Amino acid sequence: MDQTAPAAPGTTKMIARDVNVYYGETHAIKNISIDIGQEHVTAFIGPSGCGKSTFLRTLNRMNDTIDNARFEGRIELDGEDIYAPDMDVVQLRARVGMVFQKPNPFPKSIFENVAYGPRIHGLAAGKAELDQIVERSLRRAGLWEEVKDRLQDSGTALSGGQQQRLCIARAIAVDPEVILMDEPCSALDPIATAKIEELIHDLRGRYAIVIVTHNMQQAARVSQKTAFFHLGTLVEYGDTSDIFTNPRETRTKDYITGRYG
Amino acid sequence: MPDISKHTVTAFDDELSELRALISQMGGMAEAAIGEALQALVRRDNNLALKVIENDHRIDALEIEIESLAVKIIALRAPMADDLREIIAALKISSVLERIGDYAKNIAKRSVEMAESTPIRPVNIVPEMGRIAAEMVKMSLDAFAARDARLARQVQERDKLVDDFYTSLFRTLLTYMMENPHHITAAAHLLFIAKHLERIGDHATNVAEMVYYSATGQHLEERERADQPSDETHLKRTDS
Repeated sequence: MDQTAPAAPGTTKMIARDVNVYYGETHAIKNISIDIGQEHVTAFIGPSGCGKSTFLRTLNRMNDTIDNARFEGRIELDGEDIYAPDMDVVQLRARVGMVFQKPNPFPKSIFENVAYGPRIHGLAAGKAELDQIVERSLRRAGLWEEVKDRLQDSGTALSGGQQQRLCIARAIAVDPEVILMDEPCSALDPIATAKIEELIHDLRGRYAIVIVTHNMQQAARVSQKTAFFHLGTLVEYGDTSDIFTNPRETRTKDYITGRYG
Repeated sequence: MPDISKHTVTAFDDELSELRALISQMGGMAEAAIGEALQALVRRDNNLALKVIENDHRIDALEIEIESLAVKIIALRAPMADDLREIIAALKISSVLERIGDYAKNIAKRSVEMAESTPIRPVNIVPEMGRIAAEMVKMSLDAFAARDARLARQVQERDKLVDDFYTSLFRTLLTYMMENPHHITAAAHLLFIAKHLERIGDHATNVAEMVYYSATGQHLEERERADQPSDETHLKRTDS
């Protein structure tokens, strides 16, 4: 059992130690410790209900919004305790951005979707700089060429794959350090999925990326580190190439080879 | 450790079983070909030799069948971990078995030619060497079928026997040729046959190494290569 995952080589961006999460009486996350590397894409895999999404959401305190959720343990971002009482959660979520399963653009223009974050965080000195941020973010999200002539159209008018890239552009616009992705491709077709995966590949290095996915092929394709969760515990954490060719734990093997259950 | 747990998608298990069955079938044919080729040699039975030569294309056809099935499984099932290692092993084992079949065929061809010259005594030693080599093939395939890493290791150890046989036969045949140049043709054929059997032992060892990796995910340590038979050193030794 590998409850304390060793530090990934290279820079560690986030550290979780002895994390427990309870939803009322339900013990959803059991004593998980893990290091998230700066230059890696880290994939969380595991069957439904294993706690991978819950754990992902502890990394930017998204569980705070759930009434009966209780957190124990410690999570650090660059050595800073993100559950410290004086932590500004809005600021934290700008530093640790999130992309959800279903694309959720605001019912506003494409431009406004991306400009909203930088504006409320005061990242742009004026209109020209805001334009620049919007263009840069859309370019990094691989969407600029497709939308540059219709920035005033509604974000919700885009295709599913474009909407998801718009959400990634929106997350990037506030210049985050970590991007959390919760099943970002599960509502997309294979071509839109490939574009997102290519984008994840491009963004790697600039941002630490953590992705939750049910699609094991996707985890194998996009990540360098893979963590396997089961029944609220972290069963195995290691190099993606090792996890998929030669996992140490029988439970990991049974899951990835399709023998689970 | 044999893995009896089933996949959620049972059609995947069926395909893996089919792949294993094809490997067993191909291995059985290669093993039989070795035995029959040596029987043909000792008994000077050209009909049997021709049968071995004729049957080789069936072994070749099985290799193609195994390759197609393995490629299909990889494409359609996206196998992972031990499943992936096993399928890759099956793919590689099939090409090794094809080579073993070729060696048996070559032995059969030489036995036809040797039947035309005077019999030489060392011919009678070769079947024992062939028996060990064929047994190694069988053991390595049994290890594959059972995902048995221990049995795979035993195959590797047994290869030493075949190598020793080859070394001793090499010396015997060289002496034979020097004593009576009349025997050179037959002795040269026999030397090649012994070399083929030695190579079959090496191939069986390779299969065992693949099985070991497939079963454990670890590579079996390469056997000490110092005791590998080398024709040249023995030549020098015999000359001096």
